[in-house]
Amino acid sequence: MKWHVLNPLWVAIGAIGLVLLARQFMVPDDFGVHGRNFTYGYHRLSNIQEWKDFPVKYQGRDYCTDCHAENVQEISGSAHAIIQCENCHGPGVNHPGSVQSLTIDTSRGLCLRCHADLAYPNTNRGTMPSVVDKTHRRRRECINCHDPHNPRGV
Amino acid sequence: MTHSRRDFLKEAVGTTLTSVVPLSAFTLLSTEEAKAALADLKIRYAFLVDTNKCVGCGLCVKACKTENEIPYDAPVTRTWIERYVITKDGKTHIDSPMAGRDGFTDRKMHDEEIDPADIAKAFFVPKGCNHCENPPCVQVCPVGATYQTKEGVVLVDRKWCMGCAYCVMACPFGVRFIHPVHKVVDKCTMCYHRTTKGLPTACVANCPFGARQLANLKDPDDPVTKIITTQRVAVLKDLYGTKPHIFYLGLDLNVR
Amino acid sequence: MPEDMVVHGLEWTVKELFVYPNEYIYWAIQIVMYPYMTGLVAGAFVLSSLYHVFGQKDLKPIAQFSLVFSLALLPVAALPLLLHLQQPTRALEPLLTPHFTSAIAAFGIVITFYGLIVLSEIWFVYRAYFVAQVHELKEQPGLLSALRRIVYRALTIGASDVSDGAIRVDKKAATILAAIGIPTACFLHGYAGFIFGSVKANALWMSPLMPVIFIMSAVVSGIALCMLTYIIIMEWQAYQSRRGGSVLEASEIKGAEIDVISKATRYLLAFLVLAITLEILDLIFRGYTAMKSWDILRSVMYGQDFRNIFILQYTLGNLVPFMLLVLPGRTLRRTAVALVLVLFGVFMMRWNVVIGGQAFSLSFSGYMHYELPIIPHNLETFKEGLFGALTVISMPFVLFWVINKFIPSLRRDAESIK
Repeated sequence: MKWHVLNPLWVAIGAIGLVLLARQFMVPDDFGVHGRNFTYGYHRLSNIQEWKDFPVKYQGRDYCTDCHAENVQEISGSAHAIIQCENCHGPGVNHPGSVQSLTIDTSRGLCLRCHADLAYPNTNRGTMPSVVDKTHRRRRECINCHDPHNPRGV
Repeated sequence: MTHSRRDFLKEAVGTTLTSVVPLSAFTLLSTEEAKAALADLKIRYAFLVDTNKCVGCGLCVKACKTENEIPYDAPVTRTWIERYVITKDGKTHIDSPMAGRDGFTDRKMHDEEIDPADIAKAFFVPKGCNHCENPPCVQVCPVGATYQTKEGVVLVDRKWCMGCAYCVMACPFGVRFIHPVHKVVDKCTMCYHRTTKGLPTACVANCPFGARQLANLKDPDDPVTKIITTQRVAVLKDLYGTKPHIFYLGLDLNVR
Repeated sequence: MPEDMVVHGLEWTVKELFVYPNEYIYWAIQIVMYPYMTGLVAGAFVLSSLYHVFGQKDLKPIAQFSLVFSLALLPVAALPLLLHLQQPTRALEPLLTPHFTSAIAAFGIVITFYGLIVLSEIWFVYRAYFVAQVHELKEQPGLLSALRRIVYRALTIGASDVSDGAIRVDKKAATILAAIGIPTACFLHGYAGFIFGSVKANALWMSPLMPVIFIMSAVVSGIALCMLTYIIIMEWQAYQSRRGGSVLEASEIKGAEIDVISKATRYLLAFLVLAITLEILDLIFRGYTAMKSWDILRSVMYGQDFRNIFILQYTLGNLVPFMLLVLPGRTLRRTAVALVLVLFGVFMMRWNVVIGGQAFSLSFSGYMHYELPIIPHNLETFKEGLFGALTVISMPFVLFWVINKFIPSLRRDAESIK
């Protein structure tokens, strides 16, 4: 009986054993099938909480109303009622806490997002007032003449 | 012959041992875990996108980048807007400058002027991860770094992803990319950090025109769910069988 | 953007017309190298098995060599992946948490299993030689000999019985391992084809023929590489002995044996014909069924990729070497030229699948052009550039040189084994 033929097998078993041992240390304990099945639910469970803990930035208009009720009221009665405060004022996270005042985007580019003339027929955009950027008061910011909280106001 | 039997035995044992490795990858659910899983089956999120309402302002793209810390100037994004202009000669012009991050302010498409008189129809289509029911991206991940939550949201484990990009190749919709800073795969998370707190996603919250809406398909009283179940909606690339969960109103046949 | 922020794929991708914003050529040169290297591994092993299993005695000299060479190729097959991964420190994860619904997860298991088979087979073939070396080196003085003796002792793994019975068992074991190794080698490369063929999102890749095409062309490349390396080494040794610089007698060095080459060539041609047939079949089917993707695919194949597919791969890489090998009056030199062209053709096939599959957008309305980074200026452009590819292709020869010092496999040295 030539037992030496099994020597490579012992080496192989040893190598596989090493991998299994490595698994004990290198794979997090909560890694497994969580959810529907192996195909779609194989993952590290604690990752779910990690994503839940991701910091929220945008607060929503209701958050702004607490302190800025007047501005909210003004814009709500105007043609810009559908615009969210944070669309122009940026996310309200940490405000008024560590961020004293939010940086307002007053660039032409912001207004042109909706109001640049594209002349597309049968679109929602086609129903909105629009300007041709190149020919309309080129070197000035829109807010010089137009009040964003009350665009059609006098 | 004793010798060949021994050799076959050797290989059989070797194969069995090699297959022990995958089996030990499974953990069994306890009864508590199973019960909790079933209880949470009351939520299945989906998006409703109305292309009739979208004006291409791109505020959703900007909000998404800000909310989810995707480098603002990097040409990768979790969501984007496509502009379609079909001219009267039947040609379809499509573009998405900087993914629509700054909106669409120029009539030129791929450096080509298009005469407004030649336009038959034009519209905008917001796109993002469809959080498919049968996500092919999850199926092909070799290490279990991407997965589907019980609400149907598809997420990526940043600490486990090795960046092979197989999932990026497997997504028919092209929504995945390599995050330029974290160097792992990234994609729309359906603002999981917001939706699990009852907040809408950043794109939905920041769309002035209501072109993007969030729905819980398992809640029959959800007004958006009612639209999806009672009006004529469509999905992208239905033929792949992934069962996408962004439902579109006003989806045109020219939309890729 | 700050220096450390790199959008992966941006540097070497040029977009044309409408391409989805996140689309770049993510699978670049290293993913072309990877199936190429695993193909060489599989092919080299199959060539060696033709002798061990099917008793093709004429192939004995090259069989020895290709077995050891396939061992030198094996770690190099993993190298392109390490260079490609965005998180290479996590490269062991497919072994730790394999998600078996993914074809790539099979990689860890299959390459481990295959590696064990190749190592075991080499062990059985060379065990008597190791034992002989242990005895021989005992007599020789010096630190180097002592070190070499330790290595050989370790390699015997405690099995020092070299009686006739033991040698017979060794031969039997080697044969069985070679037999098991053939389907394993096929699986190793078949699954690489499955990696592409199962991606339904990619109109060019999705095809049930992919695994088979990959296996056929893998065997072709493996046989071709072994034949070519064998010819070069044997001719070099013959040249050296003719110049009088060799220790051995001139009569022992005959150079590459024509019979061996002829026999191997016949197998090469058989697999080459199979590979070409399947690829043409795939093309015909696509054109005939004309699915939605056909317009952009045809535009890519007959347009920007025409040179790569029809001129470089099909003509220069398949048709020309086929003619060279089939036409009468075949010389060793003509064979060598044909083999180089075959290797080039198989490389172009990998290129045309990997890069070609990303040459068109998922939107079917745009194109992406791949510009291989030549001079690297950061880690990314090295890893996924020309120099990264050159590192990979030169590795097997470096490894083989080291391995050959302990496990000699060339004719001159092999004589002393059996």
